[in-house]
Amino acid sequence: MEVNQTSVFKKQVKNFYEIIKPSLISIGIGLLIGLIIMIIFDPIDAFPALFTLILGGFRGGVVGVGDMLEMAAPIMLAGLSVAFAFKTGLFNIGASGQMMMGTLASIYVGIMFSFPPFLHVTIALIVGVIAGAIWGFVPGILKATRNVNEVVTSIMMNYIALYIFTTVVIDFLSQGAGSNSTSRPVQNSAALPRLSWLFPGSTVNIGIFIAIGVIIIAHIIIHKTTLGFSLKASGFSFDGSKYAGMNTKANIITAMTISGLIAGLGGSILYLVQTKTIAHFHIFTEGFDGISVALLGLGEPIGALFAGLFLANIRMGGYFMQLYVYTPELVDMIVAVIIYSIAISMAIQMFIKHNREKIKAFIEKRKEAKSKKVGEDA
Amino acid sequence: MKKRLMLWGGIFLGIYVLLLILHYTTGLSLFYQMVQSMTTSFPILLIVALGGLISERSGVTNIALEGIMIMGAFLGIWFITGLEAYPYSGLTLFVIFLVTTLFMLAVVLTGLFIFDIIREKKKLASIKVKFLYKMIAALVLAIPLTLIIRNIEAEKHFIFIMAVMVGGGVGALYAMIHAYAAVYLKSNQIISATALNIFAPAFSIFTSRIVNGSSNYYISNNMQIREVPVLSKIPVIGQMFFTNTYLTLYLAVLIFIIVTIFLYKTKFGLRLRACGENPHAADSLGVNIYRTRFIAVTLSGVLAGMGGILYVLPSKAYSTTVAGFGFLSLAVLIFGNWKPKGIILAALFFGFMRTLALYYREVEFLENLNLRSDIYNAIPFIATLVVLAIFSKKSSVPKALGQIYDQGKR
Repeated sequence: MEVNQTSVFKKQVKNFYEIIKPSLISIGIGLLIGLIIMIIFDPIDAFPALFTLILGGFRGGVVGVGDMLEMAAPIMLAGLSVAFAFKTGLFNIGASGQMMMGTLASIYVGIMFSFPPFLHVTIALIVGVIAGAIWGFVPGILKATRNVNEVVTSIMMNYIALYIFTTVVIDFLSQGAGSNSTSRPVQNSAALPRLSWLFPGSTVNIGIFIAIGVIIIAHIIIHKTTLGFSLKASGFSFDGSKYAGMNTKANIITAMTISGLIAGLGGSILYLVQTKTIAHFHIFTEGFDGISVALLGLGEPIGALFAGLFLANIRMGGYFMQLYVYTPELVDMIVAVIIYSIAISMAIQMFIKHNREKIKAFIEKRKEAKSKKVGEDA
Repeated sequence: MKKRLMLWGGIFLGIYVLLLILHYTTGLSLFYQMVQSMTTSFPILLIVALGGLISERSGVTNIALEGIMIMGAFLGIWFITGLEAYPYSGLTLFVIFLVTTLFMLAVVLTGLFIFDIIREKKKLASIKVKFLYKMIAALVLAIPLTLIIRNIEAEKHFIFIMAVMVGGGVGALYAMIHAYAAVYLKSNQIISATALNIFAPAFSIFTSRIVNGSSNYYISNNMQIREVPVLSKIPVIGQMFFTNTYLTLYLAVLIFIIVTIFLYKTKFGLRLRACGENPHAADSLGVNIYRTRFIAVTLSGVLAGMGGILYVLPSKAYSTTVAGFGFLSLAVLIFGNWKPKGIILAALFFGFMRTLALYYREVEFLENLNLRSDIYNAIPFIATLVVLAIFSKKSSVPKALGQIYDQGKR
């Protein structure tokens, strides 16, 4: 009986390994190419820099880990947003725009209004979530009713969000005279409570717990409810689920709206932070991180959790890496390589398999030759 | 056909007469300024959108245009700054002569080719003419051109044209990465393109910070053409298109004509469009879908890389970004309904909105509205969304766009 159980456990571990293998291979390829790039530019510092990169937030001790978690929360939510859309067969490249709208709505409430402390944060978060949901709803309804590719509409929505964001922040939320293009920080009552008791010295806030909670909820929705099943079914086979009597159009809209909602929450968490200001106006890179997180996490909410932590960690590593000659953009390159490797992961696995058989055949040939030789000698 | 031609001719003549009257009564200086400003953004949008057109017409989504542009711009500007660093010498003259010869060869070939198409001959006459004669023609044309270039000190334009070629080459190589994954390895076209989009800016910032110390580049030569010798004397048109303009405008129009002919009048263009509409049918008729699509994406990379260099040129400075022009070109492509004629109109409209964002303070009516320039920048994207929503049923999006082609399927 016991033996049987261990074998089952072993099988499960093996299955799990088979599932996460593409992600691991991709990470390996990404880091390898990052290392090669570093060696090309400066061979001496390359290995310590790579070590720093992988160590990431842990290099900075408790403070580093705290900061890493702070960075991880929005990335995780962006990844969850993309992953949720994946489940319905949609590619939400507009997570950035949804995050920007979430941020904009949240900091608008956080700066312009004043409520009692706890209520203020809650309202700001809810407003951000709604803004993100609206921004996700538009591509969803266009896809459902007009059959317009959601990737295209999401890209357009990203840029519309960017220009609205810039206009509103500069016109209403800027610091005024002198620094016209820097936003004011949110009021203290609207900032997310810090976790200074857990990570003394770090600025990490309660956002990480919100993110983990939302990921668990999303996991339950996708895997344990009828809604989740319906969404997955229309992602798996549009016509099939329609035939089975599901409202596929409503499913597409629901999936995109929820996806936008999650991204909006991520955007709110990103900027509902004490003394944090916005000075550069470009499309949030966190949304694109979301794509890599969702891909690394195999499109699963729980996967997004760990992939988000990993990505935040190497991003922290990128900051620490500035001690050497390299700039943090190396992390973006590694992320790009990882995404590309995942895109072609099927081909990579075929390649490895093919070559493994070749190597095996080669070894067997050698063995045969050896045994023959031994036979001849005898 | 003739009626239509006359109609359009009449419309253009009417507009021209109207402008002529306005020119002599009010001066139209603001209008000219705006048109001249449009010549910076319009060529970029046109060329890159045409690149996207070639790729999407073959059935491969190419949202990597932005990344390809950045890559082309980055390596192209290295080329320009590198050439500018060397003082002028006989060697430069020799390089210019070589490039001119190649250029004239291309012109001769294109001329013969267009001649064939006009005559509608089945066999291409340009193949019949001996290569030696073509070369001699090119050399004969190249010598005076080189001398003219030397005399009017137009080397900078030739540096620029070479940089455009470098940009195109880099763009092609970079697009091949996407093409290989999307066509041969059958990966998701959006994902691999996203990877390219993330890699390009990171690569250019990383490399330039380490090698150059900063991520800003400056071109010392002013590439603007003050006046085109004879043509600028024409009233209205001269001021609009031949004063304070850039070489890129003419380059873009040339490329537009070439791409249109390529897509609609050649055998390869037909096959390419078939790949985007119904690859299985095309395959059954002996078209190599994989190779055609690969070539199409590579060509789109060439055009996008060129577009990147065109972005750098007017601003004379480059800081590892093309300010979303790649995605804007994608919007141009969609707004233009995946057709060259639509694309040129969409590029005009989008270029106009860009210009309006710069010049809205000069127009009293818009000044009173008191909107920020960002609103004008957002209008093209909103317009594209609206067009997508309203005309989606009529859109001529390639039917197999974004679908992975698998020979074994069906």
